[in-house]
Amino acid sequence: MENTTHQIIFTGSGGQGLITAAIVLGEAAVIHEGLEAVQSQSYGAAARGGATRADVIISKFPIRIPKIIQTGVLICLTQEAYTRFGMLIRPGGLFITDRRFVKSVQKFDAIHIELDLYNKVVEEIGKPVVFNIAILGALLGIYPVVKKESVVKVLECRFPAALQANNLKALELGMEVGNLYQS
Amino acid sequence: MNKKNVRFVQGNEACALAAMYAGLDFYAGYPITPSTEIAEILAERLPAKGKKFIQMEDEIASMCAIIGASLTGHKVMTATSGPGFSLMQEALGYAIMAEIPCVIVNVQRGGPSTGNPTHVSQGDVNQARWGTHGDHAIVALTASNHQDVFNMTVEAFNIAETYRTPVILLFDEVVGHLREKLVVPEPGELHLVERLHTSKREGVNYHPYLPREDGRLPMSDFGGVHRYNVTGLYHDMWGFPTDKPELVEDLMRHLVRKIDYAATSLTHHKAFFMEDARTVLISYGSSARSALALVERMCLRGQRIGLLELQTIWPFPEQLVRDYTKDAEVIAVVEMNMGQLVQAVRLAVKKPQRVYLINRIDNRLITDKDIRQTLRAIQGKGV
Repeated sequence: MENTTHQIIFTGSGGQGLITAAIVLGEAAVIHEGLEAVQSQSYGAAARGGATRADVIISKFPIRIPKIIQTGVLICLTQEAYTRFGMLIRPGGLFITDRRFVKSVQKFDAIHIELDLYNKVVEEIGKPVVFNIAILGALLGIYPVVKKESVVKVLECRFPAALQANNLKALELGMEVGNLYQS
Repeated sequence: MNKKNVRFVQGNEACALAAMYAGLDFYAGYPITPSTEIAEILAERLPAKGKKFIQMEDEIASMCAIIGASLTGHKVMTATSGPGFSLMQEALGYAIMAEIPCVIVNVQRGGPSTGNPTHVSQGDVNQARWGTHGDHAIVALTASNHQDVFNMTVEAFNIAETYRTPVILLFDEVVGHLREKLVVPEPGELHLVERLHTSKREGVNYHPYLPREDGRLPMSDFGGVHRYNVTGLYHDMWGFPTDKPELVEDLMRHLVRKIDYAATSLTHHKAFFMEDARTVLISYGSSARSALALVERMCLRGQRIGLLELQTIWPFPEQLVRDYTKDAEVIAVVEMNMGQLVQAVRLAVKKPQRVYLINRIDNRLITDKDIRQTLRAIQGKGV
């Protein structure tokens, strides 16, 4: 992670928890690693069923412009998001999708990683609601922009005890899967 | 810096936390995007501290409720966006006339009318100045990042109490919704101005509008030990209506001068790379972030460009702007409207023909590239 600024966009559908995943990532960077981060998201109808988008920028230096025009990392978790936001990927960037939701039809100039994480979450944890944290785990497995312990600390503060176990499991599971792809 | 004070929050949350830090004990409001989180957070946290949160039926009532609560001795605030801010204008004038300390947050969105609720604009700059009728002075502060949102919110309460005036916090959707780092100051770290209460005891005549020697007007909690009148009409030192020409004139001058004469101490700003700048960008709120990104990059390449970020918009810091731009060849005001603060800049500088507007009006955040492109056109370098 020798780069000093990382741009990550989560896209999908309202309700998948992508905004939460983005906030957890930002919190981990700012509160537990002393980095700078900004997070912004789409508002309104899009956040309640349509194509949603959450941007995170993490850097060692103050971040002026919070919106991302071309991103180093793009995560698309619905076909609609794939179609609509696919062009945001920077040439040579990291493009992450899940087979359960996205059939790749286009060739983007990017390293494309097609995960099969949703099915694994359903099989091994049984609660699809923690898929967002599994995706965050996969991201960190592939692209360790913050440390796992930092995310664990955020999850421990953020979620009630009853939900923690599954979220932590999801993070582990995602990281295992992501590690397979680590460059 | 204590790690437990580090937060990753929205600008709206930074504002709510700062209001509580400043001693807010009464909030009345009607939730509206993009300011809703302020109401949401205070609805949860104020009652938990034994303080009051009331959701009102609309923004007219919200403004009236905080005026009443302020008179009874409380630090008060409401938050809204463009449409609600329009509804508040009449009661805002009342608060100016009756000299009632209060803080009004306007997280700006696209307008006019309901406009564009979830996107950004800076179209209420002149409404903040002249939205309510009649001659008056007003204080409006703004900020481009969360640490400054916190500081300016605390400052708004301090100014409101010091000068017995409404203070407007003119934020925008980008700053309101963006999450970034905030370090919450420790109690006592920021200076707080408390309500100046009269020293007159019960049974002794109290004049609500008789200034002390230093010009400040001590207050007595309404409904407490003193009986007095509060009105939106021109009034005498007792607070009773008057149309006596000399009293009307005196009050008018007082209302305007108490802010205008204090303009220097009310001015907050940040200067970036201004020492030898030939091109001066003037900006505020979220557009100042983009302007700073551009200025930082161009200065690295040795270009003589600087940014003057205004945090006090009204009263307009004329002297400051005049001083900083006296050697400038190009003065460009970066804002997200059809040209509002640029008008005040043109009036303030020595050579108004050197003042240009760089704007974006599609309710999306202006970028450093947008600014660069217009700047090249202004400088005759093509686009």
